Amino acid sequence: MSGQPIYVPKSALARWFESRLPLLGFVHHSFVAFPNPRNLNYWWTFGGILSFMLGFQIVTGVVLAMHYVPDSKLAFVSVEHIMRDVNYGWLLRYAHSNGASMMFFAVYIHMLRGLYYGSYKAPREVLWILGLIIYLLMMATGFLGYTLPWGQMSFWGATVITSLFGAIPVVGGALTTWLWGGYAVNDATLNRFYALHYLLPFMIAGVVVLHIWALHVTGSNNPAGIEKKTDKDTLPFHPYFTMKDAFGLVVFLTFFAWFLFYIPNYLGDADNYIEANPLQTPSEIVPEWYYLPYYAILRSIPSKLTGVIALFAAILIFAFLPWLDRSPVKSAVYRPLYRIFFWIFVAVVLGLGYVGANRPEGNFVIAGRILTICYFAFFLVVLPLLPFIEKPRPLPASIADAVLGKTAQSGLKT
Amino acid sequence: MANRLGLCAITTAGVLLLGIALGSSAGAAESDSSQAHPVPTRQSWTFAGPFGKFDPEQLQRGFKVYHDVCSNCHSLKLVAFRDLADPDGPDFSEAQVKALAATYKIEAGPNDAGQMFERPGRPSDHFPWVFANAEAAKAALGAVPPDMSLLAKARTYPRPFPLFIFDAFTQYQEQGPDYIVAILNGYTHPGDDHWNLYFPGHKIAMPRPLKDGAVQYTDGAPQTLTQYSHDVAAFLYWAAEPKLEDRKKMGFRVMVFLIVFAGLLYFTKKRIWAGVTGH
Repeated sequence: MSGQPIYVPKSALARWFESRLPLLGFVHHSFVAFPNPRNLNYWWTFGGILSFMLGFQIVTGVVLAMHYVPDSKLAFVSVEHIMRDVNYGWLLRYAHSNGASMMFFAVYIHMLRGLYYGSYKAPREVLWILGLIIYLLMMATGFLGYTLPWGQMSFWGATVITSLFGAIPVVGGALTTWLWGGYAVNDATLNRFYALHYLLPFMIAGVVVLHIWALHVTGSNNPAGIEKKTDKDTLPFHPYFTMKDAFGLVVFLTFFAWFLFYIPNYLGDADNYIEANPLQTPSEIVPEWYYLPYYAILRSIPSKLTGVIALFAAILIFAFLPWLDRSPVKSAVYRPLYRIFFWIFVAVVLGLGYVGANRPEGNFVIAGRILTICYFAFFLVVLPLLPFIEKPRPLPASIADAVLGKTAQSGLKT
Repeated sequence: MANRLGLCAITTAGVLLLGIALGSSAGAAESDSSQAHPVPTRQSWTFAGPFGKFDPEQLQRGFKVYHDVCSNCHSLKLVAFRDLADPDGPDFSEAQVKALAATYKIEAGPNDAGQMFERPGRPSDHFPWVFANAEAAKAALGAVPPDMSLLAKARTYPRPFPLFIFDAFTQYQEQGPDYIVAILNGYTHPGDDHWNLYFPGHKIAMPRPLKDGAVQYTDGAPQTLTQYSHDVAAFLYWAAEPKLEDRKKMGFRVMVFLIVFAGLLYFTKKRIWAGVTGH
């Protein structure tokens, strides 16, 4: 950023190549010499973790696709064939299904980190919106993938979610028929879902490239929420952040391995081990855990169309965060009131998730409605109005001050 | 910094407690139905936990229960005879599997004359169903008995908050076999063979399938309903999750590797950063 020297490869061959396509220099600037704020904490390792998980899902998914059959009569059995007869098929399949959950777990932490430290604020609005597009594509991919094993929850989940489009006035019915390729979820639906499930991850990869590009234009935000000014504020990406990211990734993989090897069905639904039966509706249709808060919002609203609008609004509202939040201070570290509301928001989302997992009866309906109001109030009331009553704590003069000030006090070498 | 973290922690804890209170009061509304449907008792299984292994003798007994009783109505279509020889499973000998397979008639063909014909089963065949199709089963029994290949993973019972959180740490994954044991022991109305204590709504299509002495064991294990229900539930869990031992064995190696690797990375990272921040 601040006057990087031109990268000159050491070997003659690499110099020859570099003068024709400066790929090595690009990698060097982006992932070796790239100056990162020196105060990034471990919440910043989730971007790297997500990139790894995307690659992991694509690799396991491509191998699974070699054995899977997208046919409504064969899909369920072909997944069990993978589980029983394909060498290490059980490993691939459990890795892929739990990997999806891990990716959502990581993306939620990544998003909450952005929310806590105000990473969406100027000049990172485009970076944030690209991230939201990735998240939307992830949700579509996860939903499509969940249909493929063609269990009861696959089938009925697909039916419920695609039926949401039926709520659109005038064209809803025709649109749903068009999506299904028939008058109900059927073989044609499964085939197109499979094709799209294979396509979308590569679209995600494309948007990830734009996301990282945008990140490298503005540089990372950081826990202090102030921009880097001098070289003292930064450290080169390698070895400092490659090492920090590597450690974070391996800890994350240990967490992943616990699920994959010891509780591989913990995050799944028992009903999905029953083959899809269009004539028998399960007693409860529940989406995967990562959609539960939105599912709760959908079911909290009595009118179907309004419910669908609220569902999509709950997701798309993240795109407007940079303009809804009026505070000039980015990081919650210096915003005493925002910090409290942030944690309330986290609790509200967890509460919505719990409500979404339960039958909409009795107190769950009331709880769902209250929490839905709280969810939207955070974006539409708290974020715009909070700056008028909040007194932010004084910001440090620079990132270096934020980090080194403390260490200087404790008498350690900087 | 400590102050700030403390404030965060207190706020989160407060809101979470509020959520729990709300959730448990929501749960209270359902308590009448949960009293009518007691929760299945948690059983002790050899295959539970990080080092769980199937007990081949138990699986062989469980297979006998399936073979003598369950298979009269239920299919097991995803399991092949050869699977019974799996050393990480029932561990029958090759000869036993071959002999067993030969006792089944498998429809094959068409032959050169265009006719379908029956031949004795081979180890590579899957278990055939006594019924030609689901409609035939329904006509004979009044309902279609579910296939048993995945039954032990396809059945469960709800674990309320906060138990389902603890389950992730204690690795409780055996709700299915616990539920199966509960159902088999749940026929507690002497006069009504279709009444089951644990079945939702209590009216179950399957009449009481097992009672003491129904299956002859040759290994001296007690011939009681309790024993049968545990053995067949264990067999069904193996049928649903045949690679369980492979998975847990590999899991342990992977965990050891990852933890050691993480430790090495941590100290390397610390060393690299030592020079710049003083941490």
